[in-house]
Amino acid sequence: MINEIISMKGYGLYVWSAFSFTLISFATLYILIKINLVKEQNKFSAKFGLLSKERVKVAEIQSTNREILASRISSKI
Amino acid sequence: MFKLFEPNKIFSITSKITKYILLLFIIVLSIGLVEALFLSPEDYIQSHSVRIMYVHVPSAWISLGIFSLIALLSTISFIFKNKNFSIIAKSLAPSGFVFNIIALVTGSIWGKPTWGTWWAWDARITSMLILLLFYAMYILAWRIFNERENVIKITSIIAILGVINVPIIKFSVDWWSTLHQNSSVNILSESTIHSSMLLPLLIMTAAFSLFALLIFLMKYNTELIKIKNKGLDRL
Repeated sequence: MINEIISMKGYGLYVWSAFSFTLISFATLYILIKINLVKEQNKFSAKFGLLSKERVKVAEIQSTNREILASRISSKI
Repeated sequence: MFKLFEPNKIFSITSKITKYILLLFIIVLSIGLVEALFLSPEDYIQSHSVRIMYVHVPSAWISLGIFSLIALLSTISFIFKNKNFSIIAKSLAPSGFVFNIIALVTGSIWGKPTWGTWWAWDARITSMLILLLFYAMYILAWRIFNERENVIKITSIIAILGVINVPIIKFSVDWWSTLHQNSSVNILSESTIHSSMLLPLLIMTAAFSLFALLIFLMKYNTELIKIKNKGLDRL
């Protein structure tokens, strides 16, 4: 039964390699995009931490800035 | 209407829904893989090699769809000078590029047992390779050119020129005598694929579409944070 699933009447090598290539490509793309996203979030937090109190107040008026900081915390969880 | 696509409004949604899309993608992909690899029947001529269709066809459809969307967004962005549409188009490119590679590689793997060769300079395959080159040029242009006005102009031109190739890909099997078979799934006329094979194909297409959406949202968020990073420098 398992041998039949693996060999697929001699086509197993082609079928499994096509599916494996697809899933590996998905995983690679996801990881690369995720790494870039986390890098930008970290850069944003680091820059935000260096702002003076007055500038923090100005930056916090924009909802997107608050969302970025919040999303960074939730992605760590 | 363009105000609906303002980055500030979109970000609050896109930053929250990615984890739900990822979960949904995993569920739909798992169902699709079981259907495609174990439950769907083998073909009476191609035997089990027909299962490659369940990754090859959705990848080709999605890569064509994404490039058409990039061209449309680029045109709107170019005409109306809307910066956000160009960011949306830029964020769509990585998943379209990867789906194009998957379509070519899995097509090549399918070609070996079916046609006896890994590659043929056939109209459908060659036009898909040309689309991949346009994707590469589009992504590289965003990396090479720094000035915003220039990059939007150049990427729009690449996308508009590249989209001419999309109908060529679609009708290449009708216009020329090709190794590649005609399409079995048709929207306007009757499909020639049996429902037992159509169902896994549609489930895999849904899973791949969810993955494209997930990658787009993550890339779009990255682009917006990059802009906000520059904004902090100007404070």
